[in-house]
Amino acid sequence: MIPELTKFKGFSVKNLPKEEPLAPGHRACQGCGEILALRMAMKALGTDVIVCNATGCMEIVTSPFPHTSWRVPWIHIAFENAAAVASGVEAALKVLKRHGRFPKNRHVDVVAVAGDGGTADIGLQALSGALERGHDFVYICLDNEAYMNTGVQRSSCTPFGAMTTTSPPGARSIGQMTWKKNVPQIAVAHGIPYVATASPAFFLDLMNKVKKAALVKGPAYVHIYAPCPTGWGTKGEDSIKLARLAVDTKIFPLYEVIEGKYYITRKITKPKPVEEYLKAQRRFRHLTPEIIEEIQRRVDAEYERLLKLAEL
Amino acid sequence: MGKKVAKEVSIAIADAVKLARAEVIAAYPITPQTHIVEHLSELVANGELDAEYITVESEHSAISASLGAVATGARTFTSTSSQGLALMHEILFIAPALRLPVVMVVANRALSAPISIWNDHSDIMAQRDIGWIQLWAENGQEAVDLVIQAFRIAEDRNVMFPTIVNIDGFTLSHVIEPVILPEQEEVDAFLPPFRPKYKLDPRKPLTMGPVGVPEIYFEAKKAQDEAFKNSRKVILRVWKDWANRFGREYHPVETYRLEDAEIALLINGSLAETAMTAVDKMREQGKKVGLIRFRLWRPFPIQEFRKAVAGLKVLGVIDRALTPGGVGGPLGTEVRAALYNAARRPRVVNFIAGLGGRDITVEDFEEMADRAAFYMKKRPKEAYETIGVRES
Repeated sequence: MIPELTKFKGFSVKNLPKEEPLAPGHRACQGCGEILALRMAMKALGTDVIVCNATGCMEIVTSPFPHTSWRVPWIHIAFENAAAVASGVEAALKVLKRHGRFPKNRHVDVVAVAGDGGTADIGLQALSGALERGHDFVYICLDNEAYMNTGVQRSSCTPFGAMTTTSPPGARSIGQMTWKKNVPQIAVAHGIPYVATASPAFFLDLMNKVKKAALVKGPAYVHIYAPCPTGWGTKGEDSIKLARLAVDTKIFPLYEVIEGKYYITRKITKPKPVEEYLKAQRRFRHLTPEIIEEIQRRVDAEYERLLKLAEL
Repeated sequence: MGKKVAKEVSIAIADAVKLARAEVIAAYPITPQTHIVEHLSELVANGELDAEYITVESEHSAISASLGAVATGARTFTSTSSQGLALMHEILFIAPALRLPVVMVVANRALSAPISIWNDHSDIMAQRDIGWIQLWAENGQEAVDLVIQAFRIAEDRNVMFPTIVNIDGFTLSHVIEPVILPEQEEVDAFLPPFRPKYKLDPRKPLTMGPVGVPEIYFEAKKAQDEAFKNSRKVILRVWKDWANRFGREYHPVETYRLEDAEIALLINGSLAETAMTAVDKMREQGKKVGLIRFRLWRPFPIQEFRKAVAGLKVLGVIDRALTPGGVGGPLGTEVRAALYNAARRPRVVNFIAGLGGRDITVEDFEEMADRAAFYMKKRPKEAYETIGVRES
């Protein structure tokens, strides 16, 4: 076990940090799952951080000049390169410390933040490069399962069957025709010390995972499920409920991979049917019972596979 | 004063980066830039240069990581060529807008297709509007000097703009030349450590790269342009200081035997050396021919340029890049625009030569000077002429 992690006691409702590195007053939609998750992630990380944000919802809603929601150093360069920018920041901190140009004992967590498009599609190469090179940084993917900032276009993280503006259901289409790309598994394949999935419905678990990602030396990847009322056709007040349902239906399982070893952090022994999750969202409204059944079979099979990985 | 040594120019450039005490290098290999970054890797590996070398997975990440590093306050260097520069294109615009003064050497090479590893200027000419300070070296000594100067210029608090030093791929990057590498103490006295006013530091948080809504975008771009134009004062001051310390002079527009010339050729980069030989030969024949090259290409040195060409009858501008379907090569088009409202201006004839490693010989330069002389009395019909292309 990684010594930094064994020493970590974990957050509880009694010791939640008071500081809010990401200030309120941003322009996110009501019920935005990304901003909720990001707020919790930043609370876990604290203020000794440098955030490298990819273009996307979180970048847009937190930084309309002359306003900013960021109480910590923050940089946005472009869409596909948050991991590469973070690589440069991390390398600079290392050399500046060696040269006595930055306090040697002051630890700074370098954090890259991107959406599912900025991670799984356009940013995948930069992410892979940074993970492979072993930079000491945390990569947070806020996955709302489509390009929401540009008006709900499909990404490779859009789930099978979902309706988006570029995966519309029609006479020859059921909506998204491909299965969601499994980015956490891609991260695991890089042999990095820490990978986790998290959900804003389980906020202490999310904060603990982000903190652990920061504590380990080397690259860490946290994939966070983030409901999007605007893109999914759901009510803002239902976001957290939906996030919980995604976990309870095994659609978005919560787990950690520490030095290659899988740990399921919330075992689902009495799963709810995926139908319950799908029916709650406009993006899945067109799905037939046959397709819902197909999704159920796939979700069951993937969860079984995950359980087997955890037994290894 | 350093000793004169024979060195491959790429190696000398890497040594200059070391003398400048670069702290972060992020680079991806591409011919003909490779010898520069290979030697830098060696210098880092054997501890001669205490820097972080990031072996990025693409040029896009090379420039992205460079911006992250320089934003954090580290002196940062990168280098590329051709397709690599084209891949960086998107990010190149962001560096000057965020005032992130990275220094980059571009070993100029043709763009695909057909794929060509050989020298011309089509890579850099496609990047004229990125907002970087752009300098050109003619020989190894200039390359070494310009790289060290580039850090001082770029990082000056009154400048804070990224800077490119152009060197011709192969014809300059891979040749062995006599160069004087300044002593470390001399460089240290000339180039202070990089201390930016604004950087990513948890002790003093700031937001870098925010959204520019329509109410602010235009003002931000105008402010950038004004600051960019003002960088020329610092550039001239740095060159004056360099001349005082090292005895080698640098000017925004470099001229050769131009005093009483009626005709001049204009070419950027290392082939200006061949052009000088041609000028000498033509001078011996009594032809009043001179030579001009841009040292500073961005910001465009319009005053110095207009002054240099004022007495000429014809100016033959040699482009080493093509603007398909355009009204001339990039250099020719811009020079014409720069002179259009000038009180005194020569006729401008535009040649396209030396694409994709095609040699431009002394005879080619003579031919172009003769063509230029021919147009002294007659307006050229075509927007440009190509030189040295087989017709069948």
